[in-house]
Formats: sequence, structure tokens, C-alpha cells
Amino acid sequence: MVIDFSSNLDYVRALLPEIILCVWGMVVLMAGVWRGESSEEGPRAEGLGWLALVGVAFAAVANGWLHGVREVGTDGMIAVDGFRLFSNWIFLTAALLGMLVSFAYVYRQRLQAGEYYALMLFSVAGMMFMAGARNLIVVFLGLEVMSIAVYALSAFNRRDRRSAEAGLKYFILGAFSTGFFLYGIALTYGATGSTHLPTIALAVSNGTAHGALLLFGVALMGVGFAFKVSAVPFHMWAPDVYEGAPSPVTAFMSAGVKAAAFAAFFRVFLVSFQGAYESWYGVMWWLSATTMVGANLIALVQTNVKRMLAYSSIAHGGYLLVAITAANQASAGAALFYLLVYTVMNISAFAVVIAVSNHGEERLEFEDYAGLGRNQPGLALLLTLFLLSLAGFPGTGGFMAKFQLLLGAMDAQLWVLSVILVLSTVVSYAYYLRLAWYTWMRDPADGGSPLPVYLPIGMRLALVVGAAVVIWLGLFPGSVLDLARASAAGLGVAGPMVEILH
Amino acid sequence: MSGAYAPLLMLFGLSVVNAIGMMVASHVLNPRRPTPEKEMPYESGMTPIGDTRVRFSVKFYMVAISFIVFDLETIYLVPWAVEMRRLGWGPFLAMVLFVAVLAVGLWYEWKKGGLEWD
Repeated sequence: MVIDFSSNLDYVRALLPEIILCVWGMVVLMAGVWRGESSEEGPRAEGLGWLALVGVAFAAVANGWLHGVREVGTDGMIAVDGFRLFSNWIFLTAALLGMLVSFAYVYRQRLQAGEYYALMLFSVAGMMFMAGARNLIVVFLGLEVMSIAVYALSAFNRRDRRSAEAGLKYFILGAFSTGFFLYGIALTYGATGSTHLPTIALAVSNGTAHGALLLFGVALMGVGFAFKVSAVPFHMWAPDVYEGAPSPVTAFMSAGVKAAAFAAFFRVFLVSFQGAYESWYGVMWWLSATTMVGANLIALVQTNVKRMLAYSSIAHGGYLLVAITAANQASAGAALFYLLVYTVMNISAFAVVIAVSNHGEERLEFEDYAGLGRNQPGLALLLTLFLLSLAGFPGTGGFMAKFQLLLGAMDAQLWVLSVILVLSTVVSYAYYLRLAWYTWMRDPADGGSPLPVYLPIGMRLALVVGAAVVIWLGLFPGSVLDLARASAAGLGVAGPMVEILH
Repeated sequence: MSGAYAPLLMLFGLSVVNAIGMMVASHVLNPRRPTPEKEMPYESGMTPIGDTRVRFSVKFYMVAISFIVFDLETIYLVPWAVEMRRLGWGPFLAMVLFVAVLAVGLWYEWKKGGLEWD
């Protein structure tokens, strides 16, 4: 089937996964309040979770179907290309794992299940809009749909003060960064006369764009994106929000929201601003370097597991910024692969944290993990696997992903940045392995009372899927890596300019 | 050139005269029986001076949310309705979808008990 956006029906076809998610979100929302029963009851809450997963499955089918659709031209406001479809798979994975780890948490904390899963579906739809947008207005629309749903989700536990604080902080800083982003769009429009990415790319590369206006536009949009991917020094909100938000929400948003922001970041900067590469290359270089160094150093002194994982998530954003700095084909493919691996291993690591914290907000300190290896060897083994993968230990998906990023950076001859990437990774081993050390080597302070850990079916499923994917992508990354590389075709044409620079 | 803006000037003048006239007229004509409540500055029914951390009913919030839903609906419906015949079926379907989505929102609010006042 061919799509050329000559009729409005083509938009319906191109947006099928998003439409399914939006409609299904409304279905789940209504199912949650149906017949006035309380959606806070256990079995009912879990039923709503499975219902939401059915919607994710439908969207996945639609996304698979879009692989067989060929797009003609680049006139549409939404792209139907490999980059968007691969990003969609990442978001759907985040939704699947994020929902599976939420089941027990939602009913144990007596959250309102219908609204919870509906908001998750809406935010995934927003992420898809961001990744597929070929127009800055659609990027903005996706950003808002995603962010507003996630603001509500992070404040979702209304009985918890920290959750409310997280929601408010995220909302205020998020709205602030959205303002920057929108101002950037306005200035870019002023400079190039269009919000359509290919048209902007043309105006930027043939020099018809107004120089100073464009520079400010690029800078402000860079600030907006840097806020969303929580790059140092725009990361201040991230640790507090990640620590205060309900753990499954933290897992979902530290993976999904970051992936969506990076997808849009890549498309906007590598497609439309590729002609202005020299002007933003230096900024991205420093942003990437400070994020990697800063986040990893601060993570070293954390004693709260959620906060440690928050800084780890910021650090991973730094590694991905290396790919944006490199801005070549290899890096774009590597970044897609990295985002997929990161999504799986990060949510899985949070899954263990949720299980240990008793599907609530207890036992979140490093000390609470003492004795886990003796009481729950299986769970401790999985935690160790995910931590090693996050650190980038050979044999895990995390290693493969980081290795590909490094290859991309070397291709672009970013030697110093590559060295910083490797050194900060070495530093990151210290805090990941410190948690593993607590699990295996430390005895609990109160003399070895067993940790009761409840692992419902959804949680088990998420852990098994996560472990399988992390090991599989670590040992046999070939097919997925090829798909990621093919998906990034057409992006990262700015790369060759690096040779001119050096 | 200047003639084209004459109605605007008249409207401006009329609204100024109207506003001042109302204030002066009510000042001159109204009977004066002051109570402490009446002397307070008007602040939408809230006590204007005092602790800001007062508890007030969540119903205010519900009304505000419902208001936004219907307000947005009107804002989009009116410009479309003006040009409805010229625009044809495509935008008509789009508006039906738009209203349907808002209707789901209202339905949800109803089911959730947001329209029960006590």
C-alpha cells in the first residue's frame, strides 16, 4: 500500500497506532468507572490492566502493518518511515513492561486503575506523535499529550505527599521548558518561514534562513529538548520527580518519555538543522560531556535506590547525546538500538525495585537490599543482571548498545568524547555494583529476617521478558541492530561535516 | 481613511461613557445601608484578607473543569458553524469526532460523580 497524504484518509491509515491507543484509552477510562464500582479493588484493577494491554497489542499489530506501507514524498505532517516505526516499537515495549510492573502496585496502593492505565495509553500515543512528527507543531502537540499525561501520572498517588510534590515540580518545570521549546519553534518559523521539517532543512542548508533568528531558534529548542531528556544542567527536576513519583510511573517515564524526547530530538536536529551543524555541534558536545560526568559522579553518593537509578537515567541520556553530537548514520542507528535496550533494562531494574519495595514506597535504601541474595536468590540474580547491563558489562544488551554508540562516535572522530564515555562508564560500575554488593555480600542489619517479596504474574512476566531481551540482545544483537540501522537510514547526513571541522 | 475608523471611536466613546455613567449613577441613586460584608472589596465571594490556606469545596474545581470542556467546545464549534456550508463533509466529520471525544469526557465525569452537587 502506498501513502502520499493526498487525501485525509491517508492520515487515518498513517496514524492507525495512535488512533487505536487514543480510542482504547477512552475505552479503559470508561471501563474504570462503569456501573459505579470502585476501580480500586484488586481483581478489577488487574482486569483493567490486562484490558489496557489488549490496546497495546492492537497498536502493535497496526504498527507492524505500517511496515508494509510505503510513503511517497515528505509532504505529510506525519512520517511513515523506519525511524518512526522503530521508535514506536520502543514506546510499545515501554508501555507493555510499564503496565506489567504496575499491576500489583496499582491495587496495593489503591490507585484508580482506569485512569492510571488510560493515562499511560494517552502518553504512549503522545510519544508516537513526537517520534513520527514531520512538522514542529506536531512535535509540540505530541510533547504536550505525552507530558500532560505523565504530569498527572507522577502525582497519581494522592495519599503520598512526595508524589504530589513530584507532580507539581514536574509540571512547573515541564511547562517552563515547553515555553522555551515553543519560543524556539516560533523563532525557527520566523527564520525559515515554515514549521515543516524538510522545508526547514532546505532553508537552513541553502542559506536562505535568517542567521541570528535561526540560531536563537535552535538554541531555545535545544534547551526544551535538553529539559525533556534531563541533560545536565537542565536535570534538576529529574531526581526529585523520579524519586517522588510512584515507582512504576518512574520506570515508565524514565524510559518512554526519554525515548520519545530523544526520537524527536534526533529528527529535528539531524534532519531540519543538519545544515547548521557547526553552530550546535559545540553545545551538544559540552552538554553530553557534562551530563555523563556530572550524573555519574552524583550517582556515586546516592543512598536511595530510586534516586540512584534516576541519576543513572540522566547519565544514559548523556551517552545518547554523544550520538546527537556525532550526528552520523552509524550513531543514529546505534541510538535507536540503545534506546530499545535502555528501555527494557531500565524498566526491568525498576521492576525488581518495585518488588523489593513491596509494591509501595518502602525499603528503597541500599541497606534494605542487604540479605536479598540469600532470601531471594532468583530476584537478586535478575537485579544483578539488569544492573550489569545498565553499567554495560560484556555479554549484556547494555554493552552491545554502548559499544555501538562508541563506534558511531569514533566514526565522527569524537575522540575526547569517546574517552569521556568510556571513563564515565567505568565510574558508573561503582554505584551499580555497590547495590549488587549490598544484595549479595551484606547481611541485613536486624540479623537476617527474611524479606517477604510478592511476585504476581504480571511482574514475573515483565522480569522474564526483560531478562530474555537483555541477554538475547547482548549475545545475538545482529537482527535487531540491522533493523535499527536500516530504520535510521536518511538520518544523520550531517556527519561528514565533522571531517571538515577537524 | 479616518472615516473607516469612526464607528470604532464611537464604540470606544460609548463604552467609556457607559462605564463612568453606571458608576456615577449607582453612586448617586443607590440607597446606602452598609454592612461589614458589603464594605469588603469584591473578590469572587472569597474573604479577601486572611490566611491563604483556607479549605474550600472541591466543587469549585469540578465546575471549573467542566467549564473548560464546554468553553473549548464552543470556541471551536462557533467558527466552524459560521462556515459550515462552505467547508463540506470532511470538517463536519472532524467536528463530530471532536464533540464525541468531549462527550466521552462528560460521560466520564457523570459516571465518576462529578455532576452530583451534594
